[in-house]
Amino acid sequence: MTPQYPFMVVGTVEPGREAALRELLDSMNGKPGMARPDNDLVPFGRFDVLHYARFVILADPTAGDMAVYGLPTPELPTYLAFFGDVDGPAEAFLADLLREAEAGLRQIFSHCDDFGDGTDLATWLRDHQRPVGANYVNTVGRTVRQIKEEAALHRALSAQVPRTPLSSADEARKLRCELVEFSRAEVRAGRLHFTREEPTPWEWLIRHYANRVGFALLALLATPFLLLLSPILIFWLRKLEKTDPEVCPRPDANLLLTLKRMEDHDVTNQYTAFGLVKPGLFRRWLLTAVVALIDWGARNLFARGFLARVQTIHFARWVFLDDKQRVLFASNYDGGHEAYMDDFINKVAWGLNLVFSNGVGWPRTDWLIKRGARIEQRFKYYQRRHQLPTQVWYKAYPGLTLSDIRRNRRIREGLSCAPIPDDQVLAWLRLL
Amino acid sequence: MNRPAELDDIQGLVRFAYGHLKQASFVMLRVKDQKQEAARAWLAKLPVTSAIDANPPPPQALQVALTCEGLQALGVGDDILQGFSLEFVAGMAGDDNRSRRLGDVGDSAPAAWQWGAANKMPHVLLMLYAEPSGMAAWRQKVVRGATACFQILSDLETTDMDGREPFGFVDGISQPKLDWQRRRATQDQELEEYAELSCLGEFLLGYPNEYGLYTDRPLLDPQGAAADLPRAEDVPEKADLGRNGSYLVFRQLHQDVAGFWQYLDRQAGGDAQLRTRLAETVVGRTLDGKPLVPSEGLNGFDYRGDPDGLRCPVGAHIRRANPRNGDIPAGKPGLLGWLLRTLGFDAKAREQDLIASTRFHRLLRRGREYGEAIPLDQALADRKAEAGLHFICLNANIARQFEFVQSAWLTGTRFGGLDREGDPLLGDRSPDLNGAATDHYSMPQAFGACQRLEGLPRFINVEGGAYFFLPGIRALRYLVTAT
Repeated sequence: MTPQYPFMVVGTVEPGREAALRELLDSMNGKPGMARPDNDLVPFGRFDVLHYARFVILADPTAGDMAVYGLPTPELPTYLAFFGDVDGPAEAFLADLLREAEAGLRQIFSHCDDFGDGTDLATWLRDHQRPVGANYVNTVGRTVRQIKEEAALHRALSAQVPRTPLSSADEARKLRCELVEFSRAEVRAGRLHFTREEPTPWEWLIRHYANRVGFALLALLATPFLLLLSPILIFWLRKLEKTDPEVCPRPDANLLLTLKRMEDHDVTNQYTAFGLVKPGLFRRWLLTAVVALIDWGARNLFARGFLARVQTIHFARWVFLDDKQRVLFASNYDGGHEAYMDDFINKVAWGLNLVFSNGVGWPRTDWLIKRGARIEQRFKYYQRRHQLPTQVWYKAYPGLTLSDIRRNRRIREGLSCAPIPDDQVLAWLRLL
Repeated sequence: MNRPAELDDIQGLVRFAYGHLKQASFVMLRVKDQKQEAARAWLAKLPVTSAIDANPPPPQALQVALTCEGLQALGVGDDILQGFSLEFVAGMAGDDNRSRRLGDVGDSAPAAWQWGAANKMPHVLLMLYAEPSGMAAWRQKVVRGATACFQILSDLETTDMDGREPFGFVDGISQPKLDWQRRRATQDQELEEYAELSCLGEFLLGYPNEYGLYTDRPLLDPQGAAADLPRAEDVPEKADLGRNGSYLVFRQLHQDVAGFWQYLDRQAGGDAQLRTRLAETVVGRTLDGKPLVPSEGLNGFDYRGDPDGLRCPVGAHIRRANPRNGDIPAGKPGLLGWLLRTLGFDAKAREQDLIASTRFHRLLRRGREYGEAIPLDQALADRKAEAGLHFICLNANIARQFEFVQSAWLTGTRFGGLDREGDPLLGDRSPDLNGAATDHYSMPQAFGACQRLEGLPRFINVEGGAYFFLPGIRALRYLVTAT
């Protein structure tokens, strides 16, 4: 199994060069915000381990919201973030990237304040990597290559399978075997490929189990203290929940237009949001704990196709910046924005509240998980207002959603003539 | 305590379809330059029909709705306009993204519309309903004097097709039932079951919606003329300009009746019975309206007994437009079962969890057919005639209701996890970004791979459309007299 890793490079945009950077990034796009896979600067399409990538300028127009706490607008820089998700170690990918696209990357990062002609790009990239607080991968171990190979299998079988009704389960079993034979012939003819799964790297396994056990131990150790402190913590939380101000005005119409221009070109969309963490130690600690919990949950509970009830998120991440004064959230999701928000409100509002209610201005929560995102309109305004236009976005498999990918996987898994119950044979045929 | 709904202040269309008034006429007006005052005065005198019970029912009715441009042209200030929903302010043809989502692309793009985009944007919509014999007189009475201050942009007639839409299917069977008595609790709670009963606030501004919340709308200081407006339930110190009003979505949908039946005839190889069966599978109901899944009456059913779509394909038109599911898929009972489903650990429930909860996406449909009713034999003989549906629906939140249904459920090509197919009737057939076609329709069968209709043409084109505000009667008076 080849695990997926995130990479995250963050540089500070040199004052006065933001507009030029925007223009340069835009030159990589075919449709608004959609990178051409073969663009001159970073030809993403050449890297067969790359799932998603994006360049985003992190300029936060909502920093002034701190005023609701009587605090001045924090003086924080504008960043350029470059991040994505790859099969295998991020370092190996970045090394490849450097080989293939050094000139383009130099041109882009030269808009950062500490990047000059003499800068060594490899060192600079390493120095500007930022840890990802919580990382979500829809299905750990599923590679770009596998996704593409299985999509080709689906295409081939779907075109081959007869669609006239069969008279019996016997015929269905026979048809299944014929299709298995057909796919073998296609493999022999070089028209289909099935790459053998790589062994799971032992470093990953060690970390995985250490993480699982370590977190459990930590939780076990912390529980008595948390229980002991719980009256105070709950009292504190309730006090904050009752007094934390909401900041949910309608988002600016021009911002909305900019965001929407980039959406719904493909069946998958990108989402990047950015905002301030509420002031005070309580929120800081709480958010740190929640983000760690999400990361743990994503590795151990939600690595097989679903994040609680949501089955449409390919990759997502939470990243702390500026000494935890700000948080970035980014995701790749299937369907339109309104449907994404509908899932957030109707399926996982509790989970959103858990983490995002620690952001300045979030709609009021009760007991950390109630209300909040369920306050539909305020939540929708809030999230759009905090959304940033993603200047450049790349997806390795346009036209494929997670429901497609999941179905194709099931087709591949069922590609065998070994006897299985009739209802499974019939269900398999219906996938084609 | 909940105030009762103010029926005398609500336009009748919210409560009635005026089905007994077989003739309707939709007149779209634009305010002439320099005629704002006269236009306001003219509108102020219109005899708008309210939702109160009348026995016998009224022999004619008039409803009035306004676009955002219309409000502007009538002099309504920006401070008030910005209180309306973002979608209403932006308009149906507001930007390319909206057009993409709604499937208004290619021949159906706003640039090709007969009305509703650019300088063909209506300001005022007059909806006239009457008996066929009385329409001329009613129309003359209502529209008299309008041309002094309005340009008549379009004048859309309707045709009584006896409850069927132009393809020949009985239409308008499934409608949400409005909770006029306000029995539903105004609180946010998860509902496992699909129900017909909808909170008033899903269709009327100023009342709580399915989340137990009030949809945003303009709230004013109750001074001067605004003092006559109803007070906001949630903010009693404010006058509620939205209360008793609704957003009205109007789309002129041209239906290619000959194209529809000829396509199916080709697929059926000329077999009349099969042709009908295919058409019914596309819709999800028989021509006479009987659903393909077992049902009590025409409307007492859901799809829980047919998860794979063996009886009614998952992509059938009525299943997409109204999936009839609850907030959370069924599964093991009890707190533990609920918790497992909520956390996503119930694999069976997860498979049934690809479609959003229906109750947040309901539409109150008030459409009327237009053009010529083309009999089947003539359609098959390629008789081209103008026919279609003036699709009209009411909702309180355009983005969450109309736009969601139109984009995620009808235009979307992965509804319920389907393999690249849009709505078989309404889909826009545009290919995916990687060039893959979306112009087929899958009909699952018990034995074998799904049967498919391939190469579906676009049967329904959009020829015009706009978002209107259907104000409460006092709000209408306020808008044209006081602002």
